[in-house]
Amino acid sequence: MKQEITLAGFGGQGILFTGQLLGRAGMLEEKNVCYVPSYGPEMRGGMSSCSVIISGSNITCPLVTEPSSAIAFNHASAEQLEQALKPGGILIINSSLTDKEPQRKDIKFYKITASDRAVKLGNDRVANMVLLGALVKITGILKPDSLIKVLESILPERKHHLLPVNKMALEEGISAVEALEI
Amino acid sequence: MPEKAFMKGNEALAEAAIRAGCRYFFGYPITPQSEIPHYMAKHLPRYGGVYLQSESEVAAINMVHGASGAGARVLTSSSGPGISLKSEGISFLAGAELPAVIANIMRGGPGLGNTQPSQADYHQATRGGGHGDYKTIVLAPYSVQEVVDLTYKAFHLADNYRTPVIILGDGFLGQMMEPVELPQMIEPEDLPSKPWATVGKGRRTRNIVTSLCLPPEENDALNRKLQKKYNLISEKETLVETYLLEDADYIIAAFGITARIALAAVDLARKEGIKAGLVRPITLWPFPEKELAKSAENAKGILTVELNMGQMVDDVRLAVSGKAPVKFYGVTGGLFPTPKDILTEIKKLEVAVNG
Repeated sequence: MKQEITLAGFGGQGILFTGQLLGRAGMLEEKNVCYVPSYGPEMRGGMSSCSVIISGSNITCPLVTEPSSAIAFNHASAEQLEQALKPGGILIINSSLTDKEPQRKDIKFYKITASDRAVKLGNDRVANMVLLGALVKITGILKPDSLIKVLESILPERKHHLLPVNKMALEEGISAVEALEI
Repeated sequence: MPEKAFMKGNEALAEAAIRAGCRYFFGYPITPQSEIPHYMAKHLPRYGGVYLQSESEVAAINMVHGASGAGARVLTSSSGPGISLKSEGISFLAGAELPAVIANIMRGGPGLGNTQPSQADYHQATRGGGHGDYKTIVLAPYSVQEVVDLTYKAFHLADNYRTPVIILGDGFLGQMMEPVELPQMIEPEDLPSKPWATVGKGRRTRNIVTSLCLPPEENDALNRKLQKKYNLISEKETLVETYLLEDADYIIAAFGITARIALAAVDLARKEGIKAGLVRPITLWPFPEKELAKSAENAKGILTVELNMGQMVDDVRLAVSGKAPVKFYGVTGGLFPTPKDILTEIKKLEVAVNG
């Protein structure tokens, strides 16, 4: 059991935060994890990406060049991530922000209207949690509950009022995938 | 049960330093190591320590000189260009036999280069970097856990041998996050006393901390004393890790983050029936030359992989001393070889050796 996950989108969409959340949740489940952010002279609205490896065995190479799953938060990253995926890989796109259709036939492609669903829940900033819900449902790499536990532990008390909407967003992502699979 | 945390390499380095009893940090920000000063600025005051952002790297290293001379455990950190500026001060530390820990989280060079990961300061670190006949112990971690363990150890080595110790990481290691187990907190007052430190003379004869040594005989004696110390360090403190060496035909030599990629390449090669193995120097100085020489005896070829244009390969060649052909493969500028790229190079070496 090993997933090499790449997340990419606009700076400001919470890409790095979402990646760290995945890493911490993997650690909570006592798996081996490694999180690698892109860094450099960037600004808000520029490209942001990170990779997370979650594995039952020892992680040697921390570089992710051919992810086994990927989440594209916007259009530009959807194009890039589709090319990078390994054959049989999983691509989840935020279809609220891109009308991209799959080009490759050898990958699994999931359209999740994450931003629209987040707005419906009352907070457009939980689109990342909708997408994470979809990821954990599709891959089974982590228990959804672990992500919520991590959020509880890293968010300061004054932000705990945001926990319910994050939990709802996660469940929204899970049910979005269930609806696709029926 | 040791405390567990999910940390960036840079943060882990800073936390390990605090736990090693370091209460003084002097430095100047530069990507990709700025999380070290950030962490120290946030946490050191809570322990009654001092974080000070100096006006320049030259000032920072001389503040380190002062704190070390007064007997404190002290850290500074930078990346390539900043370490170049600190090199004069590191030479002074070595000459005055002062312990200090200096982290270099390497970025692309030469000059300003870029902020992406690199291993191009290998020569600078392992040859001293500044002027004069001196060496620094150079520790090269390859995981965030090892960043913690080696930083903790670095302070002990520095005090024990009264010598500057370099932690040589790279931007990738500094920025990546992994789970770590943190060591016990050492309180500075529990550390062994330093009878040589300049803390006010009282009734004893005065202590002098200096690298100035004018009479030729005395300077010669200092240099001989330093070399004796370096020989002792070589004998006792060399660290190396090997992987699947016993029956290896082809050996990869790599350090730091590159060794992690090389490990995956060894596994790929083994799957294809190529008997590959890995030698990973953990101390870059002292270099594990005996281990390299031994492993070369039964090897058909050695491939050195680095994020530079070929630096450690010089030490590999010296150690192997012609017992096996040594090839080099490297990329720079923040690019990385993939495990597949390294496998391709092993196959090229195989062809070159077997004709």
